Amino acid sequence: RAAELSCLCLSLSDSHSTDFEVHRNWLAITHSLPLSRWYYENSSEWTLDYPPLFAWFEFGLSHVARRFDPDMLDVQRLQHRSPPTVLFQRLSVVCSDLCCRCVREQKPSRDLLKRPSFILAVLLLWNFGLLVVDHVHFQYNGFLFGVLLLSVAKHLQSRHLQGALLFAVLLNLKHIYLYVAPAYGIYLLRSFCFTQDNTDSSVRWSSFSPARLAALGVIVTSVCVVSFGPFVLLGQLPQVLSRLFPFKRGLCHAYWAPNAWALYNVLDKTLVTLGVRLKLLQEAELPKASMTGGLVQESQHALLPSISPSVTLVCTLLSVLPAALSIWLRPRGARGFLRCLVLCALGSFLFGWHVHEKAVLMAVLPLSILAVESREDAGIFLVLATTGHYSLFPLLFTPAELPIKILLMLMFTLYSFTALTSLFSGHGSLLHPLEVVYLLGLVVVAIACEIVYPLTPWQQTLPFLPLLATSVYCALGVCYSFVRLYVILLRQEVKSKQL
Amino acid sequence: METWSLVSICVLLCVTVRWGVSLNSYSGAGKPPMFGDYEAQRHWQEVTYNLPVQEWYFNTTDNDLNYWGLDYPPLTAYHSLLCAHIAKLINPEWVELHKSRGYESSAHKLFMRATVLVADLLIYIPAAVLYCFYLSDGSSKKKVCTLLCFLLYPGLILIDYGHFQYNGVSLGLALWGVLALGLGWDALGSMAFSLALNYKQMELYHALPFFCYLLGKSVKQGLMGRGLFLLVKIAVTVVVTFALCWLPFLSDPSQALQVVRRIFPVARGLFEDKVANTWCSLNVLIKIRSVLSADSQLYLSFACTLLAVLPSSIRLLTKPTFWQFKLALVNSSLAFFLFSYQVHEKSILLASLPVCLLLNDLPLMAIWFLQASTFSMMPLFLKDGLLVPYVVTSLAFLLLSTYLFSALEHSSEDELRLGGYRKLFFCLPSLDLACIVRWKFYISIVAMAALTFTTVAMAPPPRLPDFFPVLVSVFAFLHFLGTLIYFNIVQFSSPPSRKSQKKNN
Repeated sequence: RAAELSCLCLSLSDSHSTDFEVHRNWLAITHSLPLSRWYYENSSEWTLDYPPLFAWFEFGLSHVARRFDPDMLDVQRLQHRSPPTVLFQRLSVVCSDLCCRCVREQKPSRDLLKRPSFILAVLLLWNFGLLVVDHVHFQYNGFLFGVLLLSVAKHLQSRHLQGALLFAVLLNLKHIYLYVAPAYGIYLLRSFCFTQDNTDSSVRWSSFSPARLAALGVIVTSVCVVSFGPFVLLGQLPQVLSRLFPFKRGLCHAYWAPNAWALYNVLDKTLVTLGVRLKLLQEAELPKASMTGGLVQESQHALLPSISPSVTLVCTLLSVLPAALSIWLRPRGARGFLRCLVLCALGSFLFGWHVHEKAVLMAVLPLSILAVESREDAGIFLVLATTGHYSLFPLLFTPAELPIKILLMLMFTLYSFTALTSLFSGHGSLLHPLEVVYLLGLVVVAIACEIVYPLTPWQQTLPFLPLLATSVYCALGVCYSFVRLYVILLRQEVKSKQL
Repeated sequence: METWSLVSICVLLCVTVRWGVSLNSYSGAGKPPMFGDYEAQRHWQEVTYNLPVQEWYFNTTDNDLNYWGLDYPPLTAYHSLLCAHIAKLINPEWVELHKSRGYESSAHKLFMRATVLVADLLIYIPAAVLYCFYLSDGSSKKKVCTLLCFLLYPGLILIDYGHFQYNGVSLGLALWGVLALGLGWDALGSMAFSLALNYKQMELYHALPFFCYLLGKSVKQGLMGRGLFLLVKIAVTVVVTFALCWLPFLSDPSQALQVVRRIFPVARGLFEDKVANTWCSLNVLIKIRSVLSADSQLYLSFACTLLAVLPSSIRLLTKPTFWQFKLALVNSSLAFFLFSYQVHEKSILLASLPVCLLLNDLPLMAIWFLQASTFSMMPLFLKDGLLVPYVVTSLAFLLLSTYLFSALEHSSEDELRLGGYRKLFFCLPSLDLACIVRWKFYISIVAMAALTFTTVAMAPPPRLPDFFPVLVSVFAFLHFLGTLIYFNIVQFSSPPSRKSQKKNN
């Protein structure tokens, strides 16, 4: 698929974003400063907030960067943007992407036919979200997701130790993958450490294998030691952890991710507005509207109880619990694990603290694998992918990028719809009519936000309105997909109980 | 998957590529005082909007012809006027007389790029889609592949969306002409081609094949009766189209004459800059421009062009089939490019369009030529800062087209129509011509990549500052000459299927 890979490079354009500056800064930090200062450096507002293995990755890149433009490695030079810098950074994304996509191509699919595997390859490689986030907006998710999918593939092949190793590495590259750690933990514990099941698939306590548990433990701890070791020795662990888990950033990002808290915020705002209109509340008593300020900060809800990090943790765990329980009580092999993974990712997305909208990709990509195998999953995938991808639109806000994001979105949506429909042809359409109406509503929202809104006077007074509308509309779709996925899971439980 | 969805995805992909390229730099960006083609187009919008029609082609106090004076026929001027009206609605500063010289801003760039895209979407892309679906053969999957490669031709994308021009309009109109002729609608075809001619005078490169094909067709239908009727219909269509386009200039003969003087600048010399044609390449050995006088240069190029074009045109006159027509288009435009007067390197696009039409029939040679034509413009792209888009689009085109057409597998002697060469090399019957062609292709691609790399990475020798562009031009020239000879031989050899039919009989 060399041809497709070279087409990916097309995104090498002139556009910039803040994440570009973030990564340039990290190149500078890891290159010019000694290890002990990596997590203390804060001359730029974009401090290093990924785990150490990623810092080592940036360090490696910085040596190549030196050939392109040494100036970009100067920590004090904020906002440095010469053409070689741009070229280098984009090339690095492309190269790391290529490496991991080549790796991903080797993913085995013993039980998949030739055609579904092609569709799957296209859905994964040309995923609109990845293309837009990585190549235009600028991040390194391509190769990270490659590692994730490779790890999943190893599990599908029953090479559990390798899968565990890859996941440990992944966790140390970007700790957002903690979202799916419960799935890994429970699955490995249940299916790997307990070597046999009873006939009714319940736990056979006697078959517990301490050796396997020890092996897993060794792998995970050794990876963590390699990555965190130097910092523990320097006694910097609390500082590193505070950088990795910044809880001061507020419940929602500047642009609300389409999760449950977005709906909660909107409910809060509507109740407040209604209350003020109906004279039930005094406007002076309420805290100033800060969640819609477009800034990253802590804020209070006006009417409904404020949400703290512990509340979000509890909600997340509650949402993930049924899925985890199901693979504990009745494991369905690697496919069950994959479903649990998707549910964990989606649950954490919906109820997590300070979630970025890009995290929806963590649920969409693994769901692609399930989508080419089952009809229902294909239907849910179409809703979730389209909604999730549309919610990424505000990431690219310049007029120059507008045609690109629309075109890429159209291409991916068109492809996924037609390919999956032709794959599962013959039993009616994949989508319920209401779902189709909802997705068409996305077009209306898009036109309203991108074209109509900038021409109205509200742009000055209510600048956050289109972002709010996008978040809320997409949040509905995401929540709906979550519920449907759970329904499928529970239905499988009930069916297996009856058997 | 259904065809309509494949076609839509194809078109969307190609539009994305175009817009991606247009986010890059344009010609003359940030280079006062003259800037480049981008500024020229903007200036024409300014001139056509603010000045009355009578002054557009004249040198007046308000219209300085030395600063990008209009040198294309009236249809370009009308197009600029239309764009200027829209520009005025968005931001009047863009077309203010005199004050907007050298105006550069990101919003303006967006607007200009958008005008190119809209023109393409309305004219070039639909013509390409219709051509691939109605006039090329093969399964629908093959047609979609042809469409994809047709629309991904890097040369046109880089010139229109990078360097900044509106070739998509003139080439698109010519394509509509070809399409109409292929479907048998001769009058419409001639109208479309006349419009193309009135947009850019370089379309004259294609004029001879159109003329010979239609004349031959009329003669075949009998000069007394249907043929004559057809001829008259076409003639009337052409005259009416020209009259409509030139209407504002017909009131005064001096007006029309001035326009003609502007669009055919015979005072400018045999060639300018480095072009991959005969005269520039000959210049490396003999300094032609100093040896011959200006008049004799004109006559020499005229004579050579005529000689080069004659065989294919006569063949088309005697055998007016669509296949011959396509080949004649290639041969004629290549001959004009190689031997004509005052040729610019961008004129190779006029030869590339007919070769794109042959992608389905002769994939390997077509891909080779299209790659060479993009390569010949490489110095221009480097000057505009379009290196990255150039490399990416060329690579993508090469890999995609060789993969989709399995060009290297389907390269037997028969498929490459090397029958004519076989006759020439009759003394060496054991020579594997197909293998030689494939090897030449590989070597050529490697050489192009190497030359690109050296031009970018290495400095030229101090005594020969133009060393690399000249090398590129000569290399491309050899390719073009070879292509001209090849396509002429193909035009004169009978198609292989007929040969085997004769054998069977």
